Amino acid sequence: MTQRLVIIGAGMASGRVIEHLVEDAPDAFDITLFNAEPRGNYNRIMLSPVLSGEKTYADIVTHDDDFYARHNVTCRFGEHVIRIDPEMKVVEGQNGHVPYDKLVIATGSAPFIIPVPGKDLPGVITYRDLDDTNAMIDAAAKGGKAVVIGGGLLGLEAAAGLRERGMDVTVLHLMGHLMERQLDPAAGFLLKQDLERRGITVKTQASTKAILGETRAEAVLLESGEVLDADLVVMAVGIRPETRLATDAGLSVARGIEISAQMMTSDPDIFAVGECVEFDGQLFGLVAPLYDQAKVLAKSLMAEPAAFVPRELSTKLKVTGCDLFSAGDFAEGPNREDIVFRDPGRGVYKRLVIEDDRLVGAVFYGDTSDANWFMGLITSAEDISDSRDTLIFGPAFQGGAPVDPLAAVAALPDEAEICGCNGICKGQIVKAIEGGATDLGAVRAQTKASGSCGTCTGLVEQVLAVTLGDAFQMPAAQPMCGCTDLTHEDVRRLIKSQELKSMPAVWQAGAWKTPDGCHVCRPALNFYLIADWPLDYKDDPQSRFINERKHANIQKDGTFSVVPRMWGGITNPRELRAIADAAEKYNVPTVKVTGGQRIDLLGVKGEDLPAIWADLNKAGLVSGHAYSKGLRTVKTCVGTDHCRFGTQDSTGLGIKLEQALWGSWTPHKVKLAVSGCPRNCAEATCKDVGVICVDSGYQIGVGGAAGMDVKETERLADVPTEAEAIEITVAFVQLYRENAKYLDRPYKWLAKVGLDWVRARVVEDLSERKRLVEAFELSQSIYRKDPWAEHAKTKAERYQPLADLTKEAAE
Amino acid sequence: MSWLDLGALDDIPARGARKVKTAMGCVAVFRTADDAIFAIADRCPHKGGPLSEGIVHGHGVTCPLHNWVISLETGEAQGADSGRVPTYKARVEDGRVLLEMAAFQRAEVA
Ligand SMILES: Cc1cc2nc3c(=O)[nH]c(=O)nc-3n(C[C@H](O)[C@H](O)[C@H](O)COP(=O)(O)OP(=O)(O)OC[C@H]3O[C@@H](n4cnc5c(N)ncnc54)[C@H](O)[C@@H]3O)c2cc1C
Ligand code: SF4
Ligand code: FES
Repeated sequence: MTQRLVIIGAGMASGRVIEHLVEDAPDAFDITLFNAEPRGNYNRIMLSPVLSGEKTYADIVTHDDDFYARHNVTCRFGEHVIRIDPEMKVVEGQNGHVPYDKLVIATGSAPFIIPVPGKDLPGVITYRDLDDTNAMIDAAAKGGKAVVIGGGLLGLEAAAGLRERGMDVTVLHLMGHLMERQLDPAAGFLLKQDLERRGITVKTQASTKAILGETRAEAVLLESGEVLDADLVVMAVGIRPETRLATDAGLSVARGIEISAQMMTSDPDIFAVGECVEFDGQLFGLVAPLYDQAKVLAKSLMAEPAAFVPRELSTKLKVTGCDLFSAGDFAEGPNREDIVFRDPGRGVYKRLVIEDDRLVGAVFYGDTSDANWFMGLITSAEDISDSRDTLIFGPAFQGGAPVDPLAAVAALPDEAEICGCNGICKGQIVKAIEGGATDLGAVRAQTKASGSCGTCTGLVEQVLAVTLGDAFQMPAAQPMCGCTDLTHEDVRRLIKSQELKSMPAVWQAGAWKTPDGCHVCRPALNFYLIADWPLDYKDDPQSRFINERKHANIQKDGTFSVVPRMWGGITNPRELRAIADAAEKYNVPTVKVTGGQRIDLLGVKGEDLPAIWADLNKAGLVSGHAYSKGLRTVKTCVGTDHCRFGTQDSTGLGIKLEQALWGSWTPHKVKLAVSGCPRNCAEATCKDVGVICVDSGYQIGVGGAAGMDVKETERLADVPTEAEAIEITVAFVQLYRENAKYLDRPYKWLAKVGLDWVRARVVEDLSERKRLVEAFELSQSIYRKDPWAEHAKTKAERYQPLADLTKEAAE
Repeated sequence: MSWLDLGALDDIPARGARKVKTAMGCVAVFRTADDAIFAIADRCPHKGGPLSEGIVHGHGVTCPLHNWVISLETGEAQGADSGRVPTYKARVEDGRVLLEMAAFQRAEVA
């Protein structure tokens, strides 16, 4: 018989319960799911990457409308449950009653708000759900100062995210060091240093007295009398279980809703799961135990035996560049001993806490690579007296000699937990592999391992390697070049997160093995630094390929080709005359019309470059950047001006786009085209950005190619106005500049990040679009200049030989 | 031994090169990041690419045409490629770049 199951709260715990139920007992329950938030289940722990801009909401949705529809879950999202009547077995929502046979309370917890004056002012935000996250993103778009009250996990992730979005951030923490529940003072100090290095001010032992402001938060007053200006105040001081419904319904509640090991409350038809519960005097604030609870609860609902056993917890901080791990218990005690290792040069700190020859706690900062191995020792509580001397050096040094790093993974028992977020142990992964999953993606799809925060990806790969043996190809993350082990993506992240603003800084931080890089990494670094720090970094011509250094295309015989810009492919007799004159004067052997509607003068001698440029400049012509990793051409058709089919002024739009984008540096060359109607005479559907004008407006396609690969564009957006078409194009180019690997054309980059990811930023998220456009304009204010004019005037000397010895040698 | 003053060290950008025209073809004079000066023929042993236009790194240069890497110290192609570029003596004195003339004069005689 189908039972009516009502679930209150669509959070991380209940989402997992529903999954178990629909998988193991698809017809047993008729589920109604209430959620106070106007949306269904999503991965709450990924709100921090959403805040920092690394992910979007769409990326973190765990169950979509389709899922609920497929499994007949009745969704009442945006509706609070206001009462439970255990006598009548009904739940009262804001929009009406629902009877239940079984009820699950999964209301999570509510952020704690310190009761200071001003706590209710607009501009004071807590950090709990997507709405809070969006509110912070909006506030950050206006810039200004943020004060984050609370230096725990949440507060620091909020601070890092806001800083990443450009706010001036101060963290206030009541205790003597950050994350005092997870870290000891020494690790807290390193964390503080790291945060300060990225521009976040940290004040410890800072107690908030009041939030000041008339109509909205303007400042924070400390007990010490100090006043900190604040446009935004984030309160992240802690959470308390959301138990009001349970208390009102007369259930047994201590700090949380009290439950049995079967997740049952004091009423046998009511269960509870997640942060709202208390078990054995213990509360739960991380997802791993909640997932265990969810598994047990699903079994209890299906009347199968199961019991919840709390386990050791570990913590990682999701702030890019802060490598921190803490597990177990590291409070001081009479029979406890510490083993501490420090390497101040590398900013590495490790501490193990040992009690009765067993590892009970571990804190690592700066190097967390062996964290899972130590976590395993804590969980297994095995006797470590034999390996005590070398314990701190990790699994590689056990047994005297360095061992195969895979041996440690091979030795793990099947119950060893690999993915903490999803509670996946080694045995489950091995089973999936034996069932045919041969790569990370497949393991992730089948088991969810490494699908959440991703810190266990390496470990999952090692399990793959151990299980598959030679059949496994470790997906070699290709280093940038022989000078470093880092990938392009790593380097881009490093530059942003550590605010590296010069090439030597990157060489240092990225442990380059060469004194000054090579021809592969230097042009890439030069671009990354220009793209990320247009104001602070100074372009390095010596790190550019000759074409960009000399602003002309080198040809096979060492001569150069010169292509003036011809906006949107339009020219006039005067310009043509100037080009013809220049061709004659400098004995240009070949004059050719290019595929991008420009005129190419081929075979110009290096020494003549400044002179021919000066002549062309005089006629108003500037460099066409036909040589650059930058905007090349915007090809157009004639559109409404002359064509009987044209729907819009395609030539005009092409010119406007070219004028907006010219002179910008990009990861690879960028080509555009605009066609006046779907007949597409400008071949816009195989360009990096191609616009097709239609009666209703503009269709913008991106990611086309017609080179080594031939690819059609994919539709990014349809917009009604020319202004919007330009804005979206500029935002797209800037997003590409900020994120792509050097020498990846947009289509390659799109294949990596996905069109949806791009669309969410440049089309849907208007504030992000605006930010991108502004960032692009800022860079253009410095880098958009005609290099020909500049070089012809000030650098012509450099184009001449240093000396001419032809005569001396003849003497 | 006769040395010819080519110009000031700063006439050559660090990690860069300038060409010197000679009767035997162009010589590329390099200045590396550590301000060492090297002179080698400006012709890549592969297909004659102008080495003076390449990216300079360490004591080597990458040819701009097909990315062969040439040692500025020995003139030898690096890695899997083989071939060699004539090298000449050059040095810096009081901020001036000096090139030894003997090679060119001998060549003239030969
Ligand atoms: C920004 C952030 C980062 C985090 N990072 C990590 C991390 O890295 N690692 C980790 O392990 N944990 C992390 N956590 C903690 C983790 O998200 C929580 O432990 C987990 O989400 C709790 O799950 P839950 O299902 O109990 O409650 P929740 O996920 O909070 O869900 C409860 C839901 O119930 C709804 N609800 C409440 N009352 C009612 C009502 N009366 N009627 C209807 N609906 C109601 C709420 O709106 C909410 O949607 C993080 C939390 C946040 C906020
Ligand atoms: S694309 Fe359409 S508007 Fe443009 S020239 Fe061709 S037919 Fe005319
Ligand atoms: S000519 Fe130098 S690498 Fe080919």
